[in-house]
Amino acid sequence: MQLRYEVSGDDLSLAGKASTEVKRALGRLGVDTGAIKRTAVSMYEAEMNMVIHGGGGIATAELSPDRIVITMEDKGPGIPDLELAMQEGYSTAPEWIRELGFGAGMGLPNIKRNADDLHIESIVGKGTRVTITIDFSGTGGSRP
Amino acid sequence: MNGPSFHSVTLDPAKCKGCTTCVRFCPTEAIRVRKGRAAIIDDRCIDCGECIRTCPNNAKKAVSDPLTVLESYAVRVAIPAPTLYGQFDERFSVDRILGGLLELGFTDVFEVARGAELVADATAAWIASAGEAGSGGQWISSACPAVVKLLQVRFPSLLDRLVPVMSPMEAAARIVKERLYPGRTDVGVFFISPCAGKVTVSRFPQGLTESAVDGVIAIKDIYVPLLNALPGVHERPLGHAGARGVAWAHIDGESDAVGVPKAISVSGIADVIGVFEALENGKMKHVAFIEALACPAGCVGGPLTVENPYIARARIRAIERKAAELPPREARFEGAAINLGLEVPVPARSGLRLAPDVFKAMIMLEEAEIIHESLPGLDCGSCGAPTCRAFAEDVARGDAMLTDCIFKLRENVRKLAEELINMERWQPPGLDKD
Ligand SMILES: Nc1ncnc2c1ncn2[C@@H]1O[C@H](COP(=O)(O)OP(=O)(O)OP(=O)(O)O)[C@@H](O)[C@H]1O
Ligand code: SF4
Ligand SMILES: [Mg+2]
Repeated sequence: MQLRYEVSGDDLSLAGKASTEVKRALGRLGVDTGAIKRTAVSMYEAEMNMVIHGGGGIATAELSPDRIVITMEDKGPGIPDLELAMQEGYSTAPEWIRELGFGAGMGLPNIKRNADDLHIESIVGKGTRVTITIDFSGTGGSRP
Repeated sequence: MNGPSFHSVTLDPAKCKGCTTCVRFCPTEAIRVRKGRAAIIDDRCIDCGECIRTCPNNAKKAVSDPLTVLESYAVRVAIPAPTLYGQFDERFSVDRILGGLLELGFTDVFEVARGAELVADATAAWIASAGEAGSGGQWISSACPAVVKLLQVRFPSLLDRLVPVMSPMEAAARIVKERLYPGRTDVGVFFISPCAGKVTVSRFPQGLTESAVDGVIAIKDIYVPLLNALPGVHERPLGHAGARGVAWAHIDGESDAVGVPKAISVSGIADVIGVFEALENGKMKHVAFIEALACPAGCVGGPLTVENPYIARARIRAIERKAAELPPREARFEGAAINLGLEVPVPARSGLRLAPDVFKAMIMLEEAEIIHESLPGLDCGSCGAPTCRAFAEDVARGDAMLTDCIFKLRENVRKLAEELINMERWQPPGLDKD
């Protein structure tokens, strides 16, 4: 089954809502707690990226009994150098975002650590699509 | 696997008007209105007392033990929560309040605040040793039973972050039994409680095979007799706890006592949930200890108290300042304390699951999603569920009927009316002449 959320790019106070809803759904299913945690962390980071860097977009979660596939799609500026963006500590976040406690450049590496599969498609000027797979019996540590 | 079906928090059906106020405030969606009365879903209730606080008709109450429980024991030891001290005004010192308890039928007193000091030491030691062993990260206090149950029901993925140390109440009760009266079987230990959750855990403990507490007496039940006894009490040095233990009555007291620099303290169930959501999302990496208390301002805001939480906190703070100036008193027992570690793991509880089997749950979730799409999304509560989504899940589980939603009912009535009108236009063939 599919869950779908519109994620606003204007209101930082609403950011994280889609992740909370997905966590709720996983709790209703009684999914392995380790998988819930890995989903929480990776979806939250991707959602924040979509809000902060991508100007908001659409989050979908495709749920099945053994896995969840999360897609975050925005029409933002895109990522010019993916390899660089994946590096720990690399960030283009502006000063005011850093003051809010974001912008450590740890989001994407964190997703990679927690997801069983991570796939990023990005076109500069067009947008970014991040696809995250969590296998409920997996351990994370995807190699994109 | 879901533990007790006993809960301290219960409903007085005679007072309940079925207004759904408590339904909306319950943090685990554990209340529904059925047949005009609130009903608590046992698997989900965490005994936080939020419904007691929000019910406009005083229909929610916490069951505790009557003072008559004392009768079956020769030695009757009161273990008061430090919150008790904040219920009385400045004329009454801790020593006087403890003396007052002795006037009410107890033969001895031992402060939970003293237990709290030992729990603080054990907690600090646990965090330090876990750090050395390479399992640092954020540790969550297990002192508040409602918070522990919240983790069990709503945040099972954080259960492995609980500090495996027993609560100050249990610590105090065990010290009484193992150190002050070792080997005796006629000793009863009674917690004087601000807390509904402690009533439940004294019967069905968390992380322990058995509780050493024999009864839990609500502060509000003992308040009037104690107040009447206080003026006549001859003050003796009965208190042994320092400011560090007394401060556990309110928020920040515990984290100050534990003394881990990177601590965060949070009180009030809604904000506790906010912190746990953030923690589950991997935020708060720099935090080492989380003091979380379900009640507003901490245990001074417990549902079994009498005084306003903030007034009580101000009084407790004054007591702390006074205690800090006094020399420490002689210890009640010699040598090391007792082992304060938890004995068994605290398991997840499945109250929020749609079905025991993930495939079945999946089908129900999908159905709930489709039902939810068709609902007005007003979260009006007239179906007796807290939100349209919760109602959709109830319907998918077979616990409610779609027409319990008045908008769905109206839709059905309209369809029926349209059908009636259509039928009314229909003429039997014999009469149908144009
Ligand atoms: N959806 C996106 N659209 C455009 N750029 C993005 C997007 N997601 C990530 N980036 C770019 O990749 C960089 C690294 O992202 P990453 O999540 O690792 O760190 P961050 O968001 O800057 O900081 P942190 O996640 O630690 O708060 C970002 O600074 C940004 O330049
Ligand atoms: S804050 Fe204190 S009184 Fe309230 S539920 Fe927790 S332990 Fe009990
Ligand atoms: Mg990021």
